[in-house]
Order: sequence, then structure tokens, then C-alpha cells
Amino acid sequence: MDQVKDHATDEAMLERRAAIAALLARRPDDLLVVPGLGSTTYDLASLGDDERNFYLWGAMGGAAMIGLGLALARPDRRVAVITGDGEMLMGIGSLATIALQAPKNLAVIVFDNRHYGETGMQESHTARAVDLPAVARGCGFSCAFDVADARGLSDLAAQLTGFSELFFARVRIAANEPPRVLPLRDGVELKKRFRRAIGAG
Amino acid sequence: MTESAWPDRLFETIKRADIRQVGYVPDAGHARLIERCKADPAIRDVVLTTEEEGIALSAGAWLGGQRAILLMQSSGVGNCINMLSLTRICRFPLVMFVTMRGEWEEFNPWQVPMGSIVRPSLELCEADVKRVTRADDVVPTAQAAFQKAYGSDSIVAVLLAQELIGRKQWTK
Repeated sequence: MDQVKDHATDEAMLERRAAIAALLARRPDDLLVVPGLGSTTYDLASLGDDERNFYLWGAMGGAAMIGLGLALARPDRRVAVITGDGEMLMGIGSLATIALQAPKNLAVIVFDNRHYGETGMQESHTARAVDLPAVARGCGFSCAFDVADARGLSDLAAQLTGFSELFFARVRIAANEPPRVLPLRDGVELKKRFRRAIGAG
Repeated sequence: MTESAWPDRLFETIKRADIRQVGYVPDAGHARLIERCKADPAIRDVVLTTEEEGIALSAGAWLGGQRAILLMQSSGVGNCINMLSLTRICRFPLVMFVTMRGEWEEFNPWQVPMGSIVRPSLELCEADVKRVTRADDVVPTAQAAFQKAYGSDSIVAVLLAQELIGRKQWTK
């Protein structure tokens, strides 16, 4: 389960749109979601729009830290950052920052397809060597899951409905590019409607 | 006012502004303020590995209804530039306190290249840049910064000049 690179073919791997759908099929009312720019924003949008999503169209490397600020501000809610391997790698130090704070209401989930999908499917560092759950553990996360199949995904989905400890999860997904689903791009409106939806202003 | 008093007065100003999260990359000039923040149970002090993390932290805090500030040294401003796109495009309010290096009585010339472009860099990022050189001006400038940032959903950077902080001791 926790080995470094295997030789699994993409055909045998989880498909990203099915994975996001499974993860959020029973999304509780109190779960706020911050996706990373690019594919994970489109994945989240593919489930239908929701004011409790703060879609990113930029700020590469910032998704997990936005999640941290939000989780610290709102201990009455749960926050799931769902981002890609390239986006996580750009803000890899934030795993150290988050582990130190260890908010009980934050989950950092990385959809790892081992490629930069937005820019032409160039290999990312995770394709060769970098093992993100090991990085998270090394940064101080006491829970770092590695999800590679439907069963693991189902366990992670159950976890998302009511976790009470900080955790990291890497979801191994196939490196494919489903049709893009483009959500709202107006940053001010995204901010305002998110704050209204959670009673923050 | 004594030389050590302004950080304590700045801390009280931060409290009055209802700041609840303080992101920082440590700097000697901010040492007293960081100490005060860490000791206050109503403030969450968040030590960062790099300054742009704090820009994102602050956005997240505001999404959740809290106010956050950032403390950094002038060298950290350069690290923030792209992440400030988030602050600008979404019009998040943001106040940063930047301790200056490389501008006055600087022993280390490697501090000069970034220190010398802090103001124009921040202004290109649509920040209102306020520079403080006298201890008596710290509190009124900080108050004005909070009023402007939260009143107009904008970025204000308060530069704490090297004259104010004093020369770094290189030999003990």
C-alpha cells in the first residue's frame, strides 16, 4: 500500500472524475472545499457548483495554506483541500507549516497523476521519486494515507464525512484529461458568496 | 518612549484591530512582537517556511471571517509577488509589517538588492506602502493601515525602517 513507485498501468488506476464524485458523494453541510488551480478545480466543478467551494484559477502553491487559514478561522467547520501533485509541490513547505499547527478540522488531499496536466502532461517530481505521503509524514503529519483503489477511496470518503484529526491523503489517479468543466472565475464574487454561505460576512 | 516600547505598542494596536492570525517568517526586528503574539491565547501564531504561504493563509482566514496579518523582513517581499495575485484579484484585505534591511547602517551587502526594490515591488502589486522611521509614528501608521485595508478591501504594507529597528549586531 505504501510502496514507492509501482508499475501500475493507467488503465488500472482511479479515474479523477470518478474519484472526486466518490469522495464527495455524501458531502456533509459543514465541509468546505478548496481545490487547486487547474484540474482539481475542474474536477470539483464537475460535481455541480457549490458556494462552499473556493475555486482557484491561480495562486499556485497556495491551496493548502488557504485551507489552513480557513480551518483555523472556522473550528466549527471542516475543510478539505483537494489539489494536484504539481500544485502541492510548489507549496511543499506548507506541509511543514500545517503540521505544526495541526488543526483537527483540516484534510489535505492530493490527486497525484504524476504529471503537470494543465501544461502538456510533463512529468512531475512524483513520477520519478517524490513520495508525497512520506513527505507529509516527514513534515510531522501523524496520518498520511495512500489511496490507490476503490476500496481506499471509499474509506477516504467515509473519513471526509466526519474526521477529527488533521490528515494527508494521496490519491493515485490516472494521467488523463477529461473535458474541462469551468466554474466561476470572478475572484471577488467567489470570495463574497463563500463568506455569505458560511456566515462570515 | 524607550527604544523597546514600540513593538509592545504595535502589539496593542494589533489587538484593538481584532487580528486573530499572525503569519511570520522570523526576523530580529519582529522578535518582541512575535513573542507577544505567541503569548496571547486569542492570537494564532503561524510560523511559515516562506512568506508567500502567509499571503494564502491570510486569504483563508478572511474567507472564514478572521483577520490575519503578516510579519516579514524585506527579503521576504520578493517571495510574495505572485501569491499577491490572489489578494488582488479577489480583493482580500491585507496588512503586512515589513522590517527593512539593506537601507541604513547595513553590514551585509547581500540585503541591498531586495531591500532597495521593496517599495516599487509592492506598489506594482497595488499595495499602499507606508514607511515608518520614528517610534512615535508606529501606532498611528498601523491604525491607518488597518482602517484602509479593511475599509477598502486592499493591501497595505507598513515598512519599519532600519533607522527604527537599529543596526544588527554582527559580533557579540
